[in-house]
Amino acid sequence: MTLSIIITAIVTILAAATAMSLRNLVHSVLALAVAFAGIAAFYLQLDAQFVGFAEILVYVGAVAILIVFAILLTRSGEAPDQSVLGPGWFYGIIVSALVFTAIGWAILNSSALPTEVPVASDATVKHIGEALMTKYVLPLEIIGLVLTAAMIGAVLIALREVSTAGGSRRESAPSENLSGLTSTATNSSLGGKA
Amino acid sequence: MTTLQICLLASALLFAIGFAGAVTRRHAILVLIGIELMLNAANLNFIAFWRFGPHPEMLTGLMFVIFSMALAGAEAAVGLALVIAIYRHKKTSNLDEVKELKG
Repeated sequence: MTLSIIITAIVTILAAATAMSLRNLVHSVLALAVAFAGIAAFYLQLDAQFVGFAEILVYVGAVAILIVFAILLTRSGEAPDQSVLGPGWFYGIIVSALVFTAIGWAILNSSALPTEVPVASDATVKHIGEALMTKYVLPLEIIGLVLTAAMIGAVLIALREVSTAGGSRRESAPSENLSGLTSTATNSSLGGKA
Repeated sequence: MTTLQICLLASALLFAIGFAGAVTRRHAILVLIGIELMLNAANLNFIAFWRFGPHPEMLTGLMFVIFSMALAGAEAAVGLALVIAIYRHKKTSNLDEVKELKG
């Protein structure tokens, strides 16, 4: 079990590092999908089958495809000419290395970590569903509300702006629409009178 | 080294990689990818502590990961919608050129 977990960890971390360092964004999302699949393999080896398959469904299936769509919609599919790293990237890498050193030191020297491995519980989908419907029913409802609000908000944010002749922005679009509506209304009423 | 420590070290390394990417890269979508990696590292920690903790039958870690996945999905959708909106407005998704929220 330990060897397979080490192999999974190496594959996952290599894929994540590749995703973060490639210049071409589409390639980097492909590497990211490999990293997500590696994390799902982690979950499967840790006896969390439901979460493992949910990871594949949500991340490899939905989030990676969503990111590919965003890349294609923003026309950033090909690698840029200039540097892909922002200013001050050196300090960013140093800070992240410090973070990893601190966490790794704490993990390796902590005496609070449990050493004996408990028996795996049978966390089947039935048990998870029962817990979701009894003990965690309020968080479930709230997360449904949050997801609905986030989806509506995402659609509203990404809505195509109404382009008018002068290239005016979203603020002027409703008034433009309104004036158009009223003018057509007056026209039709006039036509009706005539 | 126990299996729990291997999982925690892998998750710490994933977090560091995601953090480095989110801080150093210029493209807005890469920053979002880095944030997703950091969230996944935290989820991996939850699962590892749930599996090797004293009470695996309580399903607490599993529930936390399920809800955190839903929140990460909402965050990714809203973040990518923001990137698309900024691209429409400024014709760029390079974070160095997006310095103000005002259009």
